[in-house]
Amino acid sequence: MKYIYDLHKTMLSRNLILVYEGEFTQEITKSVLAMAERNMDSMGEESSIKRKVFNVMVECLQNIVKHSDDFNPLSAKRNAAIFIIGKEDDRYVVTSGNPVDTEAKESLIERIDEINHLDKEGLKAKYKEIIKSNSLSNKGGAGLGFVDMARKSGQKLEYDFEDMGEGFHFFSLTTTILRL
Amino acid sequence: MEIINLEGTEDTPKILLDKGNGIFEISGRSLPEDSAEFYQPILDWITAYGEDSNPETLFTFKLEYFNTASSKLILDVLSALEDIDGVTIDWYFHEDDEDMEEAGEEFSELVEIPFEFKTY
Repeated sequence: MKYIYDLHKTMLSRNLILVYEGEFTQEITKSVLAMAERNMDSMGEESSIKRKVFNVMVECLQNIVKHSDDFNPLSAKRNAAIFIIGKEDDRYVVTSGNPVDTEAKESLIERIDEINHLDKEGLKAKYKEIIKSNSLSNKGGAGLGFVDMARKSGQKLEYDFEDMGEGFHFFSLTTTILRL
Repeated sequence: MEIINLEGTEDTPKILLDKGNGIFEISGRSLPEDSAEFYQPILDWITAYGEDSNPETLFTFKLEYFNTASSKLILDVLSALEDIDGVTIDWYFHEDDEDMEEAGEEFSELVEIPFEFKTY
């Protein structure tokens, strides 16, 4: 049972305050949000920081919920994804990880790179452009999630893709919220 | 006209639309799983209200938080209100919530309706 101690040590050394692995639904989103909120409340976090973290968490979690049907259909655990919140002295780090196919990978890289090249005003213009022109997708998304995460955090979105084989990639996305 | 009176939940806002008493308010948190489905009855109500609206309509938004899918629907609500004469928006934000203030300013730039900004 050493893995339990190892997991515990990993969480401590990486300053992770919440890790959820499994199926993602709206009900689970609400539970995860409630836990993270209570955690921040108990630590006496400032309300402006709490709101930003909450905001980024919602977009991140709802992204996973909306796209979980697209995960690897060959895997028995096709809905499985991971959501992590880390807290360091000067920042919160919100991370999600989920499988995507090659087509989704390319589209994600293009969209996130475009957002990462925009400054504050550019992001604002992009937000207004999307909200004016787009209708909701068939998954109910507004196509604004990444732009919003970049705006609220004021930081670049960091991502990574690990090859899972069979044409799938594990997409990790990290957003940092500074505690200034 | 019927009154829409929905209690707020952890992921849906409180909604009060009452033509007789002249109260029009959306408040709380908006992050429903399906924002289009949640807001459709509200959009329908506003369209019907526009057929025979009060001379003046003060519509209050007092949101603590909304997700991006809701922001699209909030713009749809504002666009529906834009077609009605005599509408003004009271946009409330918590005094230290710059993001909610900025969100209101952006909405005010997207529709031709007068906005008043107020803190709570």
